[in-house]
Amino acid sequence: MKTQRNAELGLLAFAMVLVAAYGATVEANRIGEITPTFWVPAALLSVLFLGLHVVVRFTAPYADPVLIPAVALINGLGVGFLRRLDIGDALSEKLPVPGIFAGIGGRQLAWTLGSLILAAILLLLVRDHKVISRYAYTLGLVGIVLVMIPAVLPSSLSEVNGAKLWIRLGGFSIQPGEFAKLALVSFFAYYLVRKREVLSLASKRFLGIDFPRGRDLGPVVTVWLLSLLVLVFEKDLGTALLYFGLFVVTLYVATERASWLIIGLLLFFGGVYLAYLLGASVGGPFANFYDRAQVWLDPFALSNYERLGGSYQLVQSLLSLGTGGLFGSGPGAGSPRFVPEVQTDFIFAGMGEEIGLFGLSALLVVYLLIVERGMRAALNVRDSFGKLVAGGLAFTLGLQVFVILGGITGLIPLTGQTTPFLSAGGSSLMANWLLIAMLLRISNAARGPAASGAGSDRPGPGPKKAPTQLHGAMTEVIQP
Amino acid sequence: MNAPLRRAGVVTLVLFGLLFANLNWVQAYKADDYRTNDFNRRVVVAQYERPRGVIEAGGTGLAQNKVTGDALKYLRVYPKKEAYAPVLGYRPVSLGATGIENSENDFLSGESDKLFADRVKDMFTGNNTGGGNIVLSLSTKAQETAYKELLNNERGVEKGAAVAIDPRTGAIQAMASIPSYDPNPLVSHDEKAAAAAYNKLLKDSDQPLLNRATQETLPPGSTMKVIVSAAALSDGYKTDTEIPAGSQYKESGAVIRNAEDEVCPGSQVTLKEALTESCNTGFAKLGVTLGRDKVVAMAKAFGFEDDSLTVGNLEGSGLPVAASHTGAIANPDGSVDKGALAQSSIGQRDVRMTAIQGALMAATVANGGKQMRPYLVQQELSPDRRTIYTANPKTARTPISESVASDLKDMMVSVVENGTGTKAKIKGYTVGGKTGTAQNAVGADPHGWFIGFAFNDKGEAVSAVCVMLENVSGGHASAEAARISGLIMKAAVGGGGD
Repeated sequence: MKTQRNAELGLLAFAMVLVAAYGATVEANRIGEITPTFWVPAALLSVLFLGLHVVVRFTAPYADPVLIPAVALINGLGVGFLRRLDIGDALSEKLPVPGIFAGIGGRQLAWTLGSLILAAILLLLVRDHKVISRYAYTLGLVGIVLVMIPAVLPSSLSEVNGAKLWIRLGGFSIQPGEFAKLALVSFFAYYLVRKREVLSLASKRFLGIDFPRGRDLGPVVTVWLLSLLVLVFEKDLGTALLYFGLFVVTLYVATERASWLIIGLLLFFGGVYLAYLLGASVGGPFANFYDRAQVWLDPFALSNYERLGGSYQLVQSLLSLGTGGLFGSGPGAGSPRFVPEVQTDFIFAGMGEEIGLFGLSALLVVYLLIVERGMRAALNVRDSFGKLVAGGLAFTLGLQVFVILGGITGLIPLTGQTTPFLSAGGSSLMANWLLIAMLLRISNAARGPAASGAGSDRPGPGPKKAPTQLHGAMTEVIQP
Repeated sequence: MNAPLRRAGVVTLVLFGLLFANLNWVQAYKADDYRTNDFNRRVVVAQYERPRGVIEAGGTGLAQNKVTGDALKYLRVYPKKEAYAPVLGYRPVSLGATGIENSENDFLSGESDKLFADRVKDMFTGNNTGGGNIVLSLSTKAQETAYKELLNNERGVEKGAAVAIDPRTGAIQAMASIPSYDPNPLVSHDEKAAAAAYNKLLKDSDQPLLNRATQETLPPGSTMKVIVSAAALSDGYKTDTEIPAGSQYKESGAVIRNAEDEVCPGSQVTLKEALTESCNTGFAKLGVTLGRDKVVAMAKAFGFEDDSLTVGNLEGSGLPVAASHTGAIANPDGSVDKGALAQSSIGQRDVRMTAIQGALMAATVANGGKQMRPYLVQQELSPDRRTIYTANPKTARTPISESVASDLKDMMVSVVENGTGTKAKIKGYTVGGKTGTAQNAVGADPHGWFIGFAFNDKGEAVSAVCVMLENVSGGHASAEAARISGLIMKAAVGGGGD
């Protein structure tokens, strides 16, 4: 198979041309002229992505060539939009146009550099994705701790806009959940590879569907409870949906059992509905969720709109999108500052006013491309662990995009997720670039010659070896 | 594991499909809704990008703009404050607009199709020329006299309204209402302060935001006799036809008396005398004799029961006018309630009238029976003051013939010359009219009305007026209304203040 690294380079160049064009349009619309330095952010980004491209060339030559350019395009447009906010803010304060490294745009540029370095380090250190399975339990523990920290911390240190998803220390804040999903996927994958026999074979047939034995339900119930705790104490449906969805899907992929999906979905939506009813009647920790559901059901109701923490954000998001219409006002020509949190959660809505339905649809397609490329790596990779990790990560990414974009467009109740690669903020960008590095690594194993990434079996003639075993991953035997 | 992975891939595809479908809903189907939604601040800011047109009357700016330094570039200013507020209304940042500011909003904001050429020109020149300007038909002198005289009336009345119309065209010369309000705080760019000012006005039990000239209906009292007279004259009566009168008239439980014992105590009185003295028994009997259908039909012909009238632009919208009503005048079984008919014929019972309806009645008589549709917008001017529209007077209805109008005019002139309306006299003009004192709630002071008109020495009907004062204490409630009416008409026809 060809490495297709040159294809990657070509696509990357194309993506950067688009980013440069976006920057030029912003300046034309916002400042009234295209400054001689309009190309600098795009050029800097190009250098950064080129660096990652070089690392990939040497460490993962068979990696999927579409992933980096697609992510780079979204990342670049994100930086461009944030810089556009900086320019807009400065001009409305009658200040000169800010420098390239100033403001949130400049900071995002720095975060991009940091994220790409992290991604490169991951690619350099982890030459075979199966190595990760050695640390599965550690990662699992780390994941759960990361999920729980904001729930345990007092609100003053963990709450932003009603969602307790943060660790805030001084002026610095991170969203540990972003990293948790990477750790949790790795742990789930390892756990499920070991348990898949038990979970998929031991079953009772009921109504034509194979249901697992009661004792095997333990881990599912545990994760279900965990995500409902997240829902209630971190006040965030989206994160709960994200963790639970990720677990159920890896479980389903591992066991090939539709019954897990049915159980999972029933449990989740049953739990959510219960939380809604409890919020309506009991209040307490469920009240926030009930309020959010009300806001979602009727955002334009005055009682919801004028309430503190009500539908103001969602309404402004919808109005921004609606104002954009089919074609949008053009980059730089909208009024994104009417949308609260437009640099983070609502960045898609802010961009939607300027690039319109057509622009956003194109962005959606690029996201879908990344997710489906991740899925393809999962399909083609030879080992079960790799399949589950790649499949789980790709699905999580897709689900996160669904949760946040569905939230800001009123499709599902709004939650405090970041938009991957687009939102301002280091945690999200770093975690998602690490996710991409993992997908690159696994796709390298999938597309490369049979043993290129593994190092254990050498290709060539000889008796067929047993399939690659995971470190310590003995398949559990069914107990009668 | 590949089969479930493929399915997971399909699930993501479906989720993205849902996102895409929903985006179409938000950005295509609902786009126009959202673009113009009240919560959308872009709409507000865009409205303040260019100066709003000026509203003026007689060369005086009534609604103007002041350049600000903030995001909303122009502040609306109403230099005359309370006097014109019921007509102009106001155009706040986020609350609803009212008055001419509301009904002419498209033109004032520049969004009107009539200003399309100006907008196209803007696109080439890059200028943001303002919206179109509105010239009102108001006579500033009459308007300010009306407001000032209502406010400083000699009886300490707190609520009332006045309307003056040019009978020949329907052009409104004055439209005032007390208590009024200062619209300036309502249009403040400090939206909280604006909302607070609005809520304060809203809670005021005297309802200063109510345009009493167009929106408030009250029992018209004896001004109703003009309609009964018109019905009688149209039915073949002459001004000197003797009609039955007397000091008291009992009909189906209703007892009609005259205001004072010396009014028409005899058994017969001419129609003209009956109106001049405001003979209650005579008109009550006349109404019963004519019958409900004729009285109600004549009221309707004059504009009662019309809830579609707006006063503003003859080819567009304007200030809404509440319908005046005669009431059912019926027994529970639907037959004519003669007692109610007797009372209704002198403007009591369930008869309710707006001040503008009163002015229209007087104007109709003065204009030979033709009622012109009232209007406020005399001209629409482009931003560079080209005339885009000029009001083209329209006959709204013709309730009475020219001869009936002429007889009725003589009768009404007699009211001012010899009868109850002498306070409305203006030197050098022939003034006619009819007073009205309407009993309302038990123990409350009556409302005082005057409807009238003035002819100049060339015999042209130059002004018609209606003044309504609520709960006038000290007797002769209508006399004060007549006095103010005279002053307003004098101002409208170019005479001095007082």
